[in-house]
Amino acid sequence: MKKYSVFAIAREAMRSHKGWEEQWSSPEPKKDYDVIIVGAGGHGLATAYYLATVHGITNVAVLEKGWLGGGNTGRNTTIIRSNYLYDESAGIYDHALKLWDGLSQELNYNVMYSPRGVMMLAHNVHDIQVLKRHVHANRLNGIDNEWLTPEAAKEFCPPLNISRDARYPVMGATLQRRGGTARHDAVAWGYARGASARGVHIIQNCEVTGVKRAPNGAVTGVETTRGFIGARKVGVVAAGHSSVIMNMAGVRMPLESYPLQALVSEPVKPVFPCVVMSNTVHAYISQSDKGELVIGAGTDQYISYSQTGGLHILQHTLDAICEMFPMFTRMKMLRSWGGIVDVTPDRSPILAKTPVPGLYVNCGWGTGGFKATPGSGHVFAHTIARDDPHPINAPFTIERFRTGRLIDEAAAAAVAH
Amino acid sequence: MLLIRCPYCEEERPELEFRNAGEAHIARSADMAATSDDDFEKFFFIRSNPKGIIYERWRHMHGCARFFNAVRDTVSDRFLMTYKAGEPKPAKLPGASE
Amino acid sequence: MIATFRIPGAGRLKQAETARFSFDGQSYAGVEGETLASALLANGVHLVGRSFKYHRPRGFLSAGAEEPNALVEIKRDSARRTPNVRATVQELYDGLTAQSQNRWPSLAFDVSALGDIASPLLSAGFYYKTFMWPKSAWKNFYEPRIRAAAGLGVAPDQPDPDHYSARFAHCDVLVLGGGAAGIAAALAAAETGVRVILADEQADFGGSLRFESGARIDGQDGFAWAQGAVATLKAMDNVRVLSRTTAFGYYAQNFVGLVERVSDHLQNPGRELPRERLWQVRAKRVVLATGAIERHMVFADNDRPGIMLASAARTYLNHHGVAVGRNVGVYTANDSAYAAAIDLKKAGVGVAAIVDLRDNPTGSVIDEARALGIEVNFGRAVIRAGGKLRVSSMTVQPKNGGGERTIPVDAILMSAGWTPSVHLFSQSRGKVAFNDETKRFVPGTYAQDCVSVGACNGTDGLSATIDEAYAAGAKAAKDASVKNAGANTVKGTKPKVDASESWSRGMLGAAPGAGPDTTVKAFVDFQNDVTAKDIRQAVHEGMRSIEHVKRFTTNGMATDQGKTSNMHGLAIAAETLGKPIPQVGLTTFRAPYTPVTFGSIVGHARGPLFDPTRKTAIHPWSAAQGAVFEDVGQWKRAWYFPKAGEDMHAAVDRECVTVRKTAGLFDASTLGKIEVVGPDAAKFMELLYTNPWEKLEPGRCRYGIMLREDGFIYDDGVVGRLASDRFHVTTTTGGAPRVMNHMEDYLQTEFPHLNVWLTSTTEQWAVIAVQGPKSRDIIAPLVEGIDMSDGALPHMSVREGRICGVPTRLFRMSFTGERGFEVNVPADYGQAVWEALWAEGQKHGAGAYGTEAMHVLRAEKGYIIVGQDTDGTVTPGDAGLDWAVGKKKTDFVGIRGMARPDLVAKGRKQLVGLKTKDPKVVLEEGAQIVGDPKQAIPMAMIGHVTSSYWSENCGRSIALALVAGGRDRIGETLYVPMPNGTIEVEVTGMVFFDEKGERLNG
Repeated sequence: MKKYSVFAIAREAMRSHKGWEEQWSSPEPKKDYDVIIVGAGGHGLATAYYLATVHGITNVAVLEKGWLGGGNTGRNTTIIRSNYLYDESAGIYDHALKLWDGLSQELNYNVMYSPRGVMMLAHNVHDIQVLKRHVHANRLNGIDNEWLTPEAAKEFCPPLNISRDARYPVMGATLQRRGGTARHDAVAWGYARGASARGVHIIQNCEVTGVKRAPNGAVTGVETTRGFIGARKVGVVAAGHSSVIMNMAGVRMPLESYPLQALVSEPVKPVFPCVVMSNTVHAYISQSDKGELVIGAGTDQYISYSQTGGLHILQHTLDAICEMFPMFTRMKMLRSWGGIVDVTPDRSPILAKTPVPGLYVNCGWGTGGFKATPGSGHVFAHTIARDDPHPINAPFTIERFRTGRLIDEAAAAAVAH
Repeated sequence: MLLIRCPYCEEERPELEFRNAGEAHIARSADMAATSDDDFEKFFFIRSNPKGIIYERWRHMHGCARFFNAVRDTVSDRFLMTYKAGEPKPAKLPGASE
Repeated sequence: MIATFRIPGAGRLKQAETARFSFDGQSYAGVEGETLASALLANGVHLVGRSFKYHRPRGFLSAGAEEPNALVEIKRDSARRTPNVRATVQELYDGLTAQSQNRWPSLAFDVSALGDIASPLLSAGFYYKTFMWPKSAWKNFYEPRIRAAAGLGVAPDQPDPDHYSARFAHCDVLVLGGGAAGIAAALAAAETGVRVILADEQADFGGSLRFESGARIDGQDGFAWAQGAVATLKAMDNVRVLSRTTAFGYYAQNFVGLVERVSDHLQNPGRELPRERLWQVRAKRVVLATGAIERHMVFADNDRPGIMLASAARTYLNHHGVAVGRNVGVYTANDSAYAAAIDLKKAGVGVAAIVDLRDNPTGSVIDEARALGIEVNFGRAVIRAGGKLRVSSMTVQPKNGGGERTIPVDAILMSAGWTPSVHLFSQSRGKVAFNDETKRFVPGTYAQDCVSVGACNGTDGLSATIDEAYAAGAKAAKDASVKNAGANTVKGTKPKVDASESWSRGMLGAAPGAGPDTTVKAFVDFQNDVTAKDIRQAVHEGMRSIEHVKRFTTNGMATDQGKTSNMHGLAIAAETLGKPIPQVGLTTFRAPYTPVTFGSIVGHARGPLFDPTRKTAIHPWSAAQGAVFEDVGQWKRAWYFPKAGEDMHAAVDRECVTVRKTAGLFDASTLGKIEVVGPDAAKFMELLYTNPWEKLEPGRCRYGIMLREDGFIYDDGVVGRLASDRFHVTTTTGGAPRVMNHMEDYLQTEFPHLNVWLTSTTEQWAVIAVQGPKSRDIIAPLVEGIDMSDGALPHMSVREGRICGVPTRLFRMSFTGERGFEVNVPADYGQAVWEALWAEGQKHGAGAYGTEAMHVLRAEKGYIIVGQDTDGTVTPGDAGLDWAVGKKKTDFVGIRGMARPDLVAKGRKQLVGLKTKDPKVVLEEGAQIVGDPKQAIPMAMIGHVTSSYWSENCGRSIALALVAGGRDRIGETLYVPMPNGTIEVEVTGMVFFDEKGERLNG
């Protein structure tokens, strides 16, 4: 892997950028691998990368039915934060946040992690109670998250409407300064390049159609649109399609897949300095490096694999955005799109071994998976390599739904991810 | 916005009038207290989440307020049929070959 | 100022008014109704913008919605500033003020254009490869600079004073696109009598008939025919015709979103007109007649101002009467540009040469061009354009190499062919198919009840288009199969095409001179500065999917969403990969078709209409008393009633003391109320609540707990049994709708055998809580027909009778621990009864109290608030409410869930009381509790404070908390580490005041 740097760019500029090597190779699949990862999104590629770099396992294939990074990785609003309430969630998201800081250097790929600050708004007394509970828990967990008065919130984010007469007045806010955004495509591409350089095969346009198991129940490989590919271990990281793949292995999951939409405005000069989230009015907004306002909407109410959603969902989102930021009414929606998010009953992920020997699953990230990408890949690689969960993901089992040991951030806090 | 036929009102109405109520035909045990942990997990948490034909419940919230069942393709979001609560899973679906 | 490029006699704007306007501070004159682009061109202005990355000077590429370059800011006043407006769409009005964007200090001299010189360094995706050292520099140094350079216009900084409107509509046939095809389809459909909506994005109907000079239909000029046909349609009762209306999104089940630009073209719209109107149309059938968009030629420096699409030049000439230059060159790979050259030549504009990439094309337009004396060159390419702020020349070379020749020109008209507009078809989830012969993606497999006609369907020729569209319109009407169809049938005839223009083919990808062996800047995507070279580089770097190429280069991601660039980008990627185009695939078409104003999507849902506000019957009284309100769900609730000089703390202290000393009145109307009625009402209550109900006597009340099936507390409230078959159920304020839904769900689907009716009565009853030792004295004088003695009306009972002459359900119950009542009266009488009670109360020194005092008073008694002291992970056992679970019951919702292993495990968090060691210290709600304050971070947290108040009645602070194994810790000291020091607390029981509960009858 040739190193990227400003000097490399200068060198390539001299020869019209014809000397760049492929960022990742596109090999034909081999007959078998030590590990197959199903799904070349950010989480799957990160898993492969850490299998190679941390555990020395490079005989790995990442199978992708479409193009790498084309699922939720390339469709989300790129919010990064770790100010979760419970120790388990805080543990995994902050593990990820620590990896975000330095990921560009680790991958030699500028993922543009930008700790611009994530602000979460309180609109009523209940919100204040809930958000302050987060602030206190975060502080004792060593996670930065501070409480701001409405005036302090406006100082940090000048477009904010803090009028007491607003339909949903801002009564305060939390701010996690280390939170922010990153460039979603770069994350997928950076991990793909790093994994590919270490021998991992990334095989696109290769859809898994079956999971093969030996008579003793253990996984032996997967059937794909490009034929059978053998493996001792299979890690399913297929986001909205996770339950479809797991069903092929005979494992029924506590998952439902919903459409989630997002939109961007036309690009404008810098006007919005941070990320603002409001769970009460259901709106999330930031501004990309390109200048587009990036706005996240809620999920549709029904299960769907169509990657589209209803106009009324976007409508509700823009209602909320324009209520909080009335100067944005004349802005224009440039592009909207949908993804498929897999949601567990407690809105926390499953990152675990499964009842099937050799089969591992990393799913259920719902609307909040992007921020966890490096941490999720890191501990999932550990789980696969050691056949034993990392302490950080040990609580995120499938079994918790039988025992009732849920990690219910939403119920505990009425906070969406 | 989907267009949904309420089997009670016998009319197609916009989705805004309806509330989705999750997977259909998941029976609550008549002897709930005696259900095993595994069976409770299946009842309350495990879902089919099919890519294709789903049997699901809707409520005509801002209409007749009745719960009913629908058969929908989760890939195209097209409704194959709707039927009243309590009616059995239809044996044959109209145009299900797709 | 004389508009020097206006051609007398050309164009269709008749008797138009002169409109003065300004661009970048310079005043100009134009003609009302033309586009800003046309008016600027008439004044000889081509330089109107700067590109996104290199800040290269740019002019007009198009005459329509596909414009990538000519984006300006339109400013009506300081609050009505709109960035990124396409000058090719904006219609001129007198006084219009426009400004160029993305340049400093001026359009002609832009400092950031240095980026163009440094451009070899700024190759596709360069930012992924650098700016990584040192680590902190990205956020602090590089990113702010990149951001400042990026972006186009400047966002408005004030609330928008304009308003937006919205309409829902249903129709049988929705026709999208008002060119020849759309009009023909609409005519055919309308003649059958079905309901038709015809929409077009332009101000004038006609589509390509607006610029074509050779089309004749029904004996008239094509454009004139279109105007006549649309007038016919407008006159029909069953037809709605919408101009300036863009269909931007095609959603499931033939649901189409359109935006009508109502007043942006008017000088003084007036307050009554909305700026834009959103149409949401549900159509039985949709006819897509969206036309095609011309592509540019990809050659070196093809972005110089003055270089534009041939059809654009023709539109400016034939529709607006404006010449785009005096000496134009033409560069083409198909016939359509010839027509532009011919029209311009006939209008007296010099045509320096036509350069045609094709070897030996034949056809009447070519002959006609030659006959007019225009130089025509075959098999040659324009390999370069000269000039900087305006094109000055084109350099021509045989396409296989050879001698160069530079021809001076002041404009270049180009055409690489036409791309069918399949955007809406694709949004409808139809699958496009590649026609290898014509190199076009056209509609393949349909997913919805729609049909494509004309150019967007790959149909060539006006005659074939009208045949196809007319038949499709008639069939759509028939398929819509409306019962009353035919009622208004008009005998129509298919329009007859007498003469037409026709062309197809063209080329995709880079033209000669911009091939893989070159380093020139041949633009594919103008706005985002994506060149052919960038696309090749992306492929070389391993981007094999067109989606990767798009994202890596940003091709097609600008505000025009690749309308002119996508096919070229795809072709170059395919060529570089050595694969056929369909194997590389087409990027997804996403809504909106063109950018849509947030305001038009939001419509009226602003301010108070963003979300309804619910107010109780007693709200006006509370407001008049100076109450401060808090939001609880959609409700406004009186929070506290400050007297002069009181802050919240003082007011709440006073209210709390008053209640316990004499009495207080509290507006409890927001509590959810559900009437559960029927022979099986008690059985139903048994199943929905943990408590036993069968044996509760009529006239008595019980505190009920509702669980979800998983065993966690869902809601609570006092339930009164009015009769053996009638319960008056109360719920939490926020929980009322979901509790009602939860009950209905079980009743309709799990327990349909039960004979029960549920009715939400939240809004029917106003509820006045009168609490305190004097409460009975206050109420009694006003009550008729209810024995108020403790014997007849004990704590937790309910009676029906009259108060102040109106019906009441009078509850004897307490959420304060004092003797208390809740007076339910029909909401219409709520304020009158309140005022009567208030007058009585005044005799006893009673006061009003708000929700904050209510919270303090209940906490003094250890009464929980679901949603504050519980949070969706709390069981009845955790909350100390085991007593409310019927031990002998064999079934209720939640019975199994609450028995799961983890829900009965030891060490669960339990609700307890906390007393700070220093009674003056009030804990913060949400503060975390630890056992060992000396441990290092991360600390092991064992619980958190759920409720905490200063209790004036107790003379100290009090708190409730969820603490692991809490009830076994009573008496223990625990710690609450705060940023400015650790607070010591003692774990206590939950009751802080009147532990024996004697005051309930006090």
